[in-house]
Amino acid sequence: MCTNIVERTNVSGSGRGAQGWFNLNEVSVSYDHPFHVSLEHALNIDFTNEASGVGARVAVELTLDSAKELARVLLEAVNRAEQYEATGYA
Amino acid sequence: MPGTTDQYEGMTAETITIPGHNGDRIHVYYARPLGPGPFPGIVWIHHFPGWDEWSQETARQLAYLGYAAVAPDLYCREGHGAPEDMAAKVRANGGVPDAQVVGDAAACRDFLRSQANANGKVGVIGTCSGGRHSVLAASCAPGFDAVVDLWGGGVVMRQEDLTPMRPVSPVDYTKDLDCPILGLFGNDDRAPTPEQVDIHEAELKKRGKKYEFHRYDGAGHGFFYYDRPQAYRAEQAVDGWRKVLDFFQRNLGS
Repeated sequence: MCTNIVERTNVSGSGRGAQGWFNLNEVSVSYDHPFHVSLEHALNIDFTNEASGVGARVAVELTLDSAKELARVLLEAVNRAEQYEATGYA
Repeated sequence: MPGTTDQYEGMTAETITIPGHNGDRIHVYYARPLGPGPFPGIVWIHHFPGWDEWSQETARQLAYLGYAAVAPDLYCREGHGAPEDMAAKVRANGGVPDAQVVGDAAACRDFLRSQANANGKVGVIGTCSGGRHSVLAASCAPGFDAVVDLWGGGVVMRQEDLTPMRPVSPVDYTKDLDCPILGLFGNDDRAPTPEQVDIHEAELKKRGKKYEFHRYDGAGHGFFYYDRPQAYRAEQAVDGWRKVLDFFQRNLGS
């Protein structure tokens, strides 16, 4: 909240948090103070489901370079998955 | 503050609820020395990571030093859970409304001042977002006797960064500040940057306010946080904490 950089969107899937698996319905991506990684600011990703309580959270804190690399491989995997679904070949 | 090894020393530290902004019942951590007083009061505003162990430990430290300290849980209305989970929820929501924080801080001040063993003086202090909130509280809720801004980011905001929850850049309230302010900042910090601290200081000077700003080389954001090795700077933290206590002693008594 020092940077005010946060983006949110709805997602559908499951995540494994401190209490085990739960259904995800939202993700927030922020660049702000992290809780754990030794950085002043980090790219923080929180997968949550508010209906399941504030503890229903899968948290990741990344360096900016790591976040960019994650975005790259995420899109690459999605592209290959869509090709597989369409053609049977990745 | 205990003076000699044969003096009795003790405190009570506990969670209680008080009416906050709009009369909402909020949790506060209330740490105060035992004894008849009179004790000055301090409203301790937690940082972005929430109403956590470090915040409550600092409240107890203030009580040990002879202050009645009240630390409100600014995220109380969002629900309850582990401090990190609560802070993550608030972070996703873009923070808490400035007006609500000011109301909560003023309620804590009035609670402290109403205690039978109060000396009538109350200061407000916070780190990180709590530093910004402390500046806001002292500017928008007249009646504090001292304010300490520990590296508060976002005191100087651009027009395009204002939001419904943060509708006014706190520096624009400087004209309304009615108590002395102490500010401690790291020159390697980016929230606030040294340039933003310059703007804040220039506004205080322009408005004729009583202020003391100290800037530390070799320190960034959060240099008091001994539990965050990348941020902690022992030499600067020791000097800074002494300055905080000296400032409160001069303006609140002890």
